[in-house]
Amino acid sequence: MRLDCPLCGPRDLREFTPRGAAVHARRPEGETWSEAWHHHLHLRDNPAGRSEELWYHGSGCTAWLIVERDTATHEVFSVRLAAEGGA
Amino acid sequence: MPTLPPETLLAGRTARHGTAELSELPLVPLWWIAPFPGREAALSRALAAAHGVPFPAPGETVRSGDTEIRWAGRAQALLIGPAAADPGLAEHAAVTDVSDVYARLVLTGPDTACVLARLVPLDLRPARFPAGRTARTLLGHMTAQVTATPEGVELLVMRSFARTAFHEIETAMRGVAARPG
Repeated sequence: MRLDCPLCGPRDLREFTPRGAAVHARRPEGETWSEAWHHHLHLRDNPAGRSEELWYHGSGCTAWLIVERDTATHEVFSVRLAAEGGA
Repeated sequence: MPTLPPETLLAGRTARHGTAELSELPLVPLWWIAPFPGREAALSRALAAAHGVPFPAPGETVRSGDTEIRWAGRAQALLIGPAAADPGLAEHAAVTDVSDVYARLVLTGPDTACVLARLVPLDLRPARFPAGRTARTLLGHMTAQVTATPEGVELLVMRSFARTAFHEIETAMRGVAARPG
């Protein structure tokens, strides 16, 4: 599998670390406990199909990426920088 | 007062196998430059005014006389050459002296790309990675800054990896040299 890093171009999978569903990049409002925080921390959809994930390009440009891909076919639809409003 | 000469990690070690030659390069002043959010354009202007090189685009190097700047990741660059970084840069970026953080190795000869193909997951043949291009990628299990120069390919690895990097590249050189014709 390769990911097309917006900064580095197509790179081998071994340069990247998967960091879970992209829901991590979207913090709920407020600092106090709520259903939204419970959902943010504990509940995941685990889709067999199209999903959004966070990947860290640690052995490359060190950017955090939002990767839209299909967990069943491994087809990658888009890769964008989390820092540029990718979330 | 006696002055202590700077010493490199491998004392300038060299190795030659087949047509490939690996050597350690002497220490040079190295500055790690990371612009503060929103200050990229101002930093690039300040760099050009003070050192003659702007902030490089991804994967690029810019040279002006003895000064060179290399893109080193998202919002990061390595300034090579000047004994002191202009103090005005600190207004726009984090500036850190990393001169003794890296070991510098250079691999030359027609088999350079063939040797590094065993360790680096990038196409480093000159047609795809011509002189002046740079990339932060893997060398075996180590992260490395890989730069194509007119002489060959220069590799920067963290100083604690110097002997491992030299050993792994030398092993790859032996493997390539041992292949028939």
